[in-house]
Amino acid sequence: MQQFIQDLVAKNHYQATRLLDMLRAVQFRYRYIPADAIELLAGLLAISRTRIISVIEFYSFFSDTPKGQYDLLISDSITDHMLGKKELMNYLADKLQVAVGSVRGDGLVSLDNTSCTGMCDQGPAGLVNGFALTRLDKSRIDAIAELINRQIPLAEWPAEFFQVDDNIHKSGLLLSQAIAHGDALRAAFNRGLKESLAEIDLSGLRGRGGAGFKTAMKWRFCSEEQESERYVVCNADEGEPGTFKDRVLLNAYAHQVFEGMTLCAALIGSKQGFLYLRGEYLHLYDKLQTVLQQRREAGLLGTGILGQALDFDIEIRLGAGAYICGEESALIESLEGKSGIPRNRPPYPVTQGYLGKPTVVNNVETFVAAAAIAINGGAWFAAVGTEKSKGSKILSICGDCTKPGIYEYPFGTTIQAILSDCGASDVLGVQVGGPSGTFISNREFDRKLAFEDLATGGSFIVFNNSRNILDIVHNFTHFFAHESCGFCTPCRVGTSLLKKQLDKIVDGHGSAGDVVALEELCQLVKTHSHCGLGQTAANPVLTTLERYPELYQSRLKLISYEPGFDLDAALETARRMANRNDAGAHLAQTDASGSLPIASFPPSLAVRSS
Amino acid sequence: MTNTITIDGKAVPFEEGQTIMEAATAAGVYIPHLCHHPDYTPYGSCKLCTVKVNGRVCSACTFPAAEGQDVLNNTKDLNDDRKLITQMLFVEGNHFCPSCEKTGNCQLQAVAYHLNMLDDHFPLFYPHRKVDASHPDVMIDHNRCIFCTLCVRASQQHDGKDVFAISGRGINKHLIVNAESGLLKDTDIEATDRAAHVCPTGAILIKRTGYQVPIGQRIYDHHEIDEVSLLTEQQHGE
Repeated sequence: MQQFIQDLVAKNHYQATRLLDMLRAVQFRYRYIPADAIELLAGLLAISRTRIISVIEFYSFFSDTPKGQYDLLISDSITDHMLGKKELMNYLADKLQVAVGSVRGDGLVSLDNTSCTGMCDQGPAGLVNGFALTRLDKSRIDAIAELINRQIPLAEWPAEFFQVDDNIHKSGLLLSQAIAHGDALRAAFNRGLKESLAEIDLSGLRGRGGAGFKTAMKWRFCSEEQESERYVVCNADEGEPGTFKDRVLLNAYAHQVFEGMTLCAALIGSKQGFLYLRGEYLHLYDKLQTVLQQRREAGLLGTGILGQALDFDIEIRLGAGAYICGEESALIESLEGKSGIPRNRPPYPVTQGYLGKPTVVNNVETFVAAAAIAINGGAWFAAVGTEKSKGSKILSICGDCTKPGIYEYPFGTTIQAILSDCGASDVLGVQVGGPSGTFISNREFDRKLAFEDLATGGSFIVFNNSRNILDIVHNFTHFFAHESCGFCTPCRVGTSLLKKQLDKIVDGHGSAGDVVALEELCQLVKTHSHCGLGQTAANPVLTTLERYPELYQSRLKLISYEPGFDLDAALETARRMANRNDAGAHLAQTDASGSLPIASFPPSLAVRSS
Repeated sequence: MTNTITIDGKAVPFEEGQTIMEAATAAGVYIPHLCHHPDYTPYGSCKLCTVKVNGRVCSACTFPAAEGQDVLNNTKDLNDDRKLITQMLFVEGNHFCPSCEKTGNCQLQAVAYHLNMLDDHFPLFYPHRKVDASHPDVMIDHNRCIFCTLCVRASQQHDGKDVFAISGRGINKHLIVNAESGLLKDTDIEATDRAAHVCPTGAILIKRTGYQVPIGQRIYDHHEIDEVSLLTEQQHGE
């Protein structure tokens, strides 16, 4: 092991910022991160072991106990559930003789759930040793179980098990015409860099990750900072359940993504860029490295790009399973080789980002759009869309529709038009923007895709009338509790409380007042959480409670008091201690009068003695 | 030229680079807090110091004071929410004040008094957490840790060591110590370290000092936390 770690650290130039990549390599080789590896890494990187342990315990794809030689993770996205995930998971566990969340006795295989893997248009999906598996069904699971039991290496598994399709069904402004390599940079240099930034400003382009900050303004702020070192970061941590458009852009339009990043580098004065690729997209890694190499060979990356005074290169850094890293400051922390905990702001990343230097973080789609604008001009882009939302939006459409996949629409398109295109019928509602977005009912399909109406990072999940809204909310609420980074109290405790309170109601244990308590909790988590995760974690409950209050009420028990636990069983210890078992030592679950059967004893606070 | 913000209508001067918390403390305005300590880098995780700055919700301990800020602090709405956040901290861990050595000196308990917290409000989590009594002089009772990182920061920024860290994600967050064994006895902590004394709750205690001051004669048995906090933190700030 010593040699392996020594070589690994040397290959990573002893840079602690690349800790995630090194831990990925250790995890891949040993199926876990052995304690010895932590000690060796700490010594060679001159960082504390606690920093390494905290990173291991933060990211889902690292483990401090051995996983199976074949580590299977099955996507827990609502769309996978709609495609029969639960039954398939049981089938898989049975077939492989391994319980979910554990390693089989012989150490050959481990099985667990994982958050959405971004294959919602071709699920049920999963990962085997980090590589994406698509279109799982019983026959495929039979084959996989056979391959695992015969210990066939992944390289010899049928290629179609790993096949990921783009499924582009509707192209618009951006997708209909990929730019020729280098054209955006040439156009920018010909026009002048200042003038090119002005074109992006004129285009009205706003960030495509969902928040919608004006791109030109972000780039200008960064360029105006009094620092010589600046960074360009592409956020490809596409973790919002139901979103997969960046996966397609990186597969089919990778050159344009990198060209947009290089354009940004030219405009703000940066020498180094990073593509932060979510760990779930490991299958794209080699291909993207090849594209980067092609661009270096074509003089589009490296020193003196296109013969101009522009030196810039891009490094790919892989994530390791943490939704929160889609938040830009958490992403920067992760890029620095740390746990993905969102920073306090101000300072904003444009002022102090990666390694404390001015940094532009933009979504994959934003860079694609910027490259196209550099060629076609701002007016070309601004001619499409609405007053406040210029241009087009690329959607990942999935759920109950006949043609799930990628659709590009001008901003301002109605939900009804989108639903017709993707073959959705008998629609109950649509989740726009993923779990952190908005659930809209079938009475609102005249609403529009736009920052000023329905904003989305790209997730668009269709539900038909056979679906149960509370199942959806349950899935989303559990997702947020699982993904909360735990930094701040309202989100760390609040998302777990939300989960408990919702489960209580959904499971039929709620009583009068429980829906009010749920709503109160939602407002608290939304108002006081540190970052976007907590601020939107209650949206699934809030947006459905607003539209379907009767649904929540119908789950409540019609009694004035419902104990949250078994009263009589709780007295068992006391009965044993008192050596009593008479009628007076027992309690009925509910009192006929409906009043409280016992006094409640708040256990925590001492009475002040003064 | 004086820089001024207003807090609940009161004019409060500030110096360039000060946070709202620092300006407030200097002016004798108490903003409830647990993870903030004037000697260490602001962290901003407990969210008790949430204030409204020109209508926007901010953490006073990390948000920079700036001209023209109209800050709401001691309002019913904010104090109601602070009480709920405090109740979250109580239910998340195992806090049994009557049997805790820190009772009466505990800032978590004192803030709860201050906010008039009378019950837990939320269901208790009853997590399984351990006690690390391996060290001869210092012990950790993980049941009472609220992840404020004051021990982490004090160790790094005052003691020149690196004894503590917060690990894990979400509700599984927990305090770890810098030893291969994972035990406090194998770290370089000493009972005289600031990190061993900075805990606002009873999670880190010095052995053989328990109950030397009888319950009933402790700080918050006789003083409100706002008064104690302002007195001690104004001295620190100087």
